[in-house]
Formats: sequence, structure tokens, C-alpha cells
Amino acid sequence: MFWDRKKEETFKKKPEIKPELKIIKEKILEKRPELVIKKPLKIKEVEGKYNPTLNENLFGEVEKAKTRDGFGEALVKLGGINEKVVVLSADLAHSVRTMWFQQKFPERFFQVGIAEANMTGVAAGLARMGKIPFMATFGVFATGRNWDQVRMSIAYPKMNVKICASHTGVFSVGADGASHQSTEDITLMRVLPNMTVIIPCDKLETYKATFATAEIFGPVYLRFGREGMPVVTTEETPFKVGRAETFREGDDVSIIACGPMVYEALVASKKLEKEGIDARVINNHTIKPMDKKTIVKAARETGAIVTAEEHQVLGGMGSSVAEALSNDNPVPIKMIGIYNRFGESGNFKDLQKALGLTSDNIVKTVKEVLRSH
Amino acid sequence: MKVDEAIRTEKITDVSELKEIARKLRVDIIKMTNAAGSGHPGGSLSSADIVAVLYFNILNHKPKNPKWEDRDVFILSKGHCCPVVYSAMARSGYFPIEELLTLRKLGSRLQGHPHCRDLNGIEASTGSLGQGLSIAIGAALGIRLDKRKSRVYCLMGDGEQQEGQIWEAAMSATHYKLDNLCGIVDRNRLQIDGFTKDVMDYEPLEEKYRSFGWNVITIDGHDISALIKAFNRAKRVKGKPTVIIADTIKGKGISFMENVAVWHGQAPNDEQMKKALNDLGEH
Repeated sequence: MFWDRKKEETFKKKPEIKPELKIIKEKILEKRPELVIKKPLKIKEVEGKYNPTLNENLFGEVEKAKTRDGFGEALVKLGGINEKVVVLSADLAHSVRTMWFQQKFPERFFQVGIAEANMTGVAAGLARMGKIPFMATFGVFATGRNWDQVRMSIAYPKMNVKICASHTGVFSVGADGASHQSTEDITLMRVLPNMTVIIPCDKLETYKATFATAEIFGPVYLRFGREGMPVVTTEETPFKVGRAETFREGDDVSIIACGPMVYEALVASKKLEKEGIDARVINNHTIKPMDKKTIVKAARETGAIVTAEEHQVLGGMGSSVAEALSNDNPVPIKMIGIYNRFGESGNFKDLQKALGLTSDNIVKTVKEVLRSH
Repeated sequence: MKVDEAIRTEKITDVSELKEIARKLRVDIIKMTNAAGSGHPGGSLSSADIVAVLYFNILNHKPKNPKWEDRDVFILSKGHCCPVVYSAMARSGYFPIEELLTLRKLGSRLQGHPHCRDLNGIEASTGSLGQGLSIAIGAALGIRLDKRKSRVYCLMGDGEQQEGQIWEAAMSATHYKLDNLCGIVDRNRLQIDGFTKDVMDYEPLEEKYRSFGWNVITIDGHDISALIKAFNRAKRVKGKPTVIIADTIKGKGISFMENVAVWHGQAPNDEQMKKALNDLGEH
């Protein structure tokens, strides 16, 4: 158990159901009975709802760590285990933490300079010769600058290249402004056949995900960031590519998040508890191939979904959830993300607020989706 | 199409025999593009002698074992000219010659632009210009990392030299001193929109490559002996990559196609095919 133990007693008490919420739920049942849970609605006790392997300080003084460090550390470890692993950099070895690999395995490190298109092709050629290339740079340059090269030289021929993007989203490079804020990369990568897309939620998960990519034969897009972000998971938290992890059980609504928004989603779930809303929280780290089973189950059992990502909503993770559900189990979905605009310079907190990428906005949106039934 | 018997697969040194192979590749190009009703005969015809020399004299490869570890790697960066490469592959034993006529048809391994997941022996999927040289550099680095002796060849178009990625790649090939890499530019001086000098002049090409640190050899790209000599000279160069700039004629061998831009990407109809085969001495 990781929540504040002092407050544990209070959770054992059954939370009160607010009268307006009751009305909302009754309305849900009236309007779309086929879409919502069949069992009688009741708000369960919160105890034991959170995944017991999560960081126990999650809602207290939570530690922060840089996801890029998890990537850099995993690469060094991988390099020692598998000599086929090679690393390519386009002048950002320090920033994206590939320099640690460079220091340890200089002969397997290839600096190509500020030339992302060329780096992509060189990685493909190395893969053709049986190597496992990890090419790493900032998100905008790893996926957009070289998109046709990724499509033609990597995705189409199914080359075993790992495209690793640091400084993604807006949290990482806030002050740099829109040029460096990678907010379209999920869309750009997930549209490509043969591509696996993974977005770990914290440093530990980035470490695990980096390892996992080497086990997959074929192109993988791995998305992480620069800033220190709350450590949500522990070593015990399960991670399997293609399997979404439920971080909190809940019956009223599902919050499906990826990357740093997983933390925000968990914080939101805590706030929602106080309002009597029992939210399921899912860490949907693999955007492609997506864990349709878990997503459909969540839709079926909770009847409403809010997605949260640090990315454009057009074509992003939320879209992929909507696509997955539209056939099998359509339920009301609201998406949190960036709405058809570029970012701008600003510090992390200000940007987060301006773009609505906060736990408060998740809380607000959850209430909206419940009302929209 | 009455197909010829597959030519023997060991290295051929006799110049007249290589000339005959190049002629057969040209015949195939005409028949394949005619059967497909589309395709790119012009640049395939200009590359026929280069490809004949590579597949039948220069490359260390095993057509029956395309993934042989010690093979030389050939990358066709100008992917639209795959008919000439498919023909050379079929005639050196990679797949049955009959299959050439499936070019560009649904279900065929012979895609309109080459795809390495469809056809063993194709090393890279190309067609979006300017990417092959980077892939060749990756292959050359991988081979060197494994301490193997294989060489990497990359055939590019001359219009393709207008792509910026070529020059990113050119810079990195000398940075990494890749003497196991040999680029070839098929300088036929035509691209879809007209003469390269009018569309976007890439000249002086030799000086560009030289200033990027490459060993540069300019030859007549239809001269079989000159091609063999150039490839062998390139093998002896140490510490830097070589580019062979091969002056050629687009549509070479077919009277009405030579130096005419429209034949970059247009297939001959039956009547035109008859005339073309006649030009090639094929009756």
C-alpha cells in the first residue's frame, strides 16, 4: 500500500455518494443501458484499489527522476549483454544520454552529426547487417524531420531499428517553444505499419521498456522525456509490451493515460475519490499494438472513458483508444491532450496549466463525460 | 515472351559476353515494362552495362543463397530502375526468368520499386530518392564492425544528387573513412522534368564529391572494360570511399528512347516494343 498510511482509516469508511452524482448515474442507465455496467451502481470502498506495486510515496513526497536517464542506463546494460546493440546519435549524445553508451562502447557508437535523415538510413543499413541499432534524438527530429526516411528505410522493410525520442511532449522542453515541443510524434509513428509504439510513464518504466525493445524484432518507437518526472512505478510493477496495466481499479469511469499523464491520472483518481467517483486508471504504455482487451473491458465495465496524453489529440493515444472501441464497444470518450494548436514557450507548470494537462483538468473532464451520457 | 536460358552464375570476365548480358538485360527491360504497362525503362537502360558488370563480374554473391554472410551488398538507390536489377537477378539465378513478366502485378515479388521483404537478394526497400547511400553507409559500418571483407555498392541516379540527404551521407562516408563503399552515379543527364542542368544543375559533380573527400573516377558508363577497371581500382583505394561517375545515355540502345525525357517513366506499347527489340537485335 502506498497511500498515506495515516489517512488509511479514513479510506475504510464508505465515501458518501453525492446526490448530483446519483442523478448523473441514473441518467446514464436511462439513456444508454447497453453501454453501461449491468450490475447495480454503487461506489465501492477505495481500499485495495490501487495496484500494490506502485510507488508508496505516490501521493506524498514523490521522488522525481528523468526518463532519459532510464533510457541511458538501460542502453549501457544492454550493450554489455548484447554485442549486436549499436547506438546512433545526431549531435545530442549528452542530452539524450547516449553518451554513457558511447563512453563504454565507443566502437559501437556512431555519431552522424546534425543529419537526422542520414542517421535514419545508416541505422537501417546497420540493421540489415544484423545489428540492433538504437537511434536517439529529440522527439521532433526523431520522427518528423526524417519521417519519410523512417517510413521507407525502416518501417516498410521492417528493419530492426529502435527509434528513441527524448524531449517529447511539452513538459520536457517547455521554454524552448513549439519548434522543440514534440506533440505530433505519436500520430506520425503509429500510422506506420510494422511500427511498435511505446510510451513509458516514468524512469523505471523507461528502463524496462528500453530493454523490452531489444527483444522485439522490427521497428519500435520509444518516447520519453527530459525533465524529472514523478516515479510512479517500482521494480515490481509489471511491464509487458502490448499489455496495458491497470493502476487503479474502479467502476465509474476509466482514465486511460500514457507517459507523464499517468501520474496526473492517478492524482486525479485520488481527488475523484473524495467526490465519490470511483475511477479506473490504466497505464496504456503501448499505443501500438494496443491492448484492446483491457481497453474494451474497461469500456464495458465502467461505461465512460477519459484519455490523457501529452500530445495532440488528433491521431494520438486517445484516438487509438477511440478507434479500438468504435467497433466493439462504443462508449462516451473525452480526450485530454493538445487541441489543434502548437505549444509555446513557458515553464513546465504554466504550460501544463495552459494546455490543460493537469490532474484538475482530468477531474473536470471525468465529470463532463459522466454528465454527457 | 520467349525466355532465354539462365546464364551461368560464376564470374564472367569476357567483355563480349558481358556485352551480350547487358543486351539481354535491355531486352528484358523492354519486355517487362511492356507487360506491366508502366515502369521506368529510360534509367534502367542507361544502367544496364553497370548492372551487368556488377552482377556478373564484380559482386561476390550467391544467388541461391542470398543471405550468405560474406556477400557484397548492392543497393539500388534509384529504386525506379529496378527492372534492370530484377533482370540481372533472374539471369544470375535468384529466381526464375519467367517471373520477370509479373513486374508490378498484384501478388508479385517484383514490386514497382524494390522491396527487400518481398524479394531475397534485394538489400533495401527504395523508391523515395536519396536514401540508398545512407543505408549503404550503415551496411559498410556494420561489415567493418564484424571485421568482414565484403564491399558495399550503391547505384544512384544523377537527378537524385539533388536530394540533400545524399550530401549528408557523402559527408559521413568520408568521416568514417569507408573504403569498403563504392558509389556509382548513373549520369544520364535527364530527369522527369527535362535535362538535369535545366531542372537543377548538380554540376560540377566530380568537384563536389572530391571536396567531400571521396575518390572520384569518371568513365563512360557503357564501356564494359572501363567499368571493370574502375570497380577494381576502387577496391584498392584505402581510407576513403570511391564514387564512380558513369556517363551514360538515358534510354541507351533503343533509337527512339535515347535522350528523350518522356521515357523516364513510360512503358513501350506493343508496336514500340517491336521496334525496340529490333533495335536490340532481338527478333
